[in-house]
Amino acid sequence: MKPIFKRGAPIEIRLFLAVVVAVGMLVADGKFATFQPLRNVLTSIVTPIQYLASLPTYFFTESSQRLRSQEELIAERDAFINEIMILREKEQRFSILESENAQLRRLLDAPVKINLPKTVAELLAVDNNPYVQQVVLNKGTLNGTFTRQPVIDDKGVVGQIVDVTPTSSRVLFITDISHAIPVRNQRNNTRYILNGSGNIDQLSLKFVPHSHDLLVGDILVTSGLGGIFPEGYPVAVIEQVTRDESRPFALVTASPLARLDSLRYVLLLGSSGVIENSNTAERPQSDLLSGANNE
Amino acid sequence: MPIGMNIYRPDWLLMVLIFWNTVLPERVNIGIGFLAGILLDVLLGYSLGLHSLAFALVLYVSSANHQRMKNYSIWQQTGVIGLMTAFYSLLVFWLQHWLTDAYFHFNYFWPIITTMLFWPWVFWLLYRAKQKLIL
Repeated sequence: MKPIFKRGAPIEIRLFLAVVVAVGMLVADGKFATFQPLRNVLTSIVTPIQYLASLPTYFFTESSQRLRSQEELIAERDAFINEIMILREKEQRFSILESENAQLRRLLDAPVKINLPKTVAELLAVDNNPYVQQVVLNKGTLNGTFTRQPVIDDKGVVGQIVDVTPTSSRVLFITDISHAIPVRNQRNNTRYILNGSGNIDQLSLKFVPHSHDLLVGDILVTSGLGGIFPEGYPVAVIEQVTRDESRPFALVTASPLARLDSLRYVLLLGSSGVIENSNTAERPQSDLLSGANNE
Repeated sequence: MPIGMNIYRPDWLLMVLIFWNTVLPERVNIGIGFLAGILLDVLLGYSLGLHSLAFALVLYVSSANHQRMKNYSIWQQTGVIGLMTAFYSLLVFWLQHWLTDAYFHFNYFWPIITTMLFWPWVFWLLYRAKQKLIL
């Protein structure tokens, strides 16, 4: 006889099963990251939902782009022409400096820096996730994106790719609490580790001795030591240095140079493998530089 | 919606799941909650299983009390929804704390209030949808 009310397993048993499976997945994925392949597959499956969810935003920005007055466009064009002139002038000097630098490096027997390939990506979605600072980009493995690829904007380093699907990828910001990036002070080449704080506008330097020469306004650039970020990109500016002698280390906070809260376009650096090579080639060089400076 | 509003965003999925669990407890219960949780984890980049665990536990509470929930007035329901959202937000916070040492911040708990504010409207809308679908 067909029962009138369908009854599956009692809810206690369902709950028990769900909790066991969920805790298993949490430990495997959250603590040991063993689920990465499964995760990539699942993320690829839900990518269409992400595109769908970003449609309203896309529609509004697109329509506001289209509905603009001629004066606005002319003013913007003039601003761009100005900027291009200034950048071209800088570029003239840059190309001379670059060739000079290459010559000097050859004299020193140091490897010449490789020009990294770059891809422009657009922001697809901002995750509504207060615990993790990350956003989704519209470039994936089909465009040559790979995990741990460095991401920058026009001002500085943004973060690195953590998840990648064929058509989208997820960037972890440098300000995320779980992120750290090796940097050096542009002024005197001292090396540090720059940690994320969980706030979108704040970073912190850990384990800085009180005696270190570190001033408010110093620019921190990537040191290239971690093997993920190429050397020499600006990351953050020192905001506050508190030297409280009762604490073992100085409290140093910095703010990111990239405009993380208003990103639209970003640049993905390098193609798989290139960055690693350029970094290992440069490593002895940067060690030598900072070593000489510490003495 | 501006990014600044993100912290006030109500837990839509939780409201929808609790609603369907209340009206159709045989069809929407812990299993559906578990699957919806996995989907949310993948979409928002959480550790896999975090929301499945939270949804499974909340839907257990809701399934066990669905008879009572059905007979409550809308204001009593709003109170109960507030409690369940608080339980859910705390669960997510505890799990995050265990996984990544996230520390306590009141911003994580704004959704409790906004979810309560939205519940009567969500309930009305879904009830209409249910009448259209089933009748």
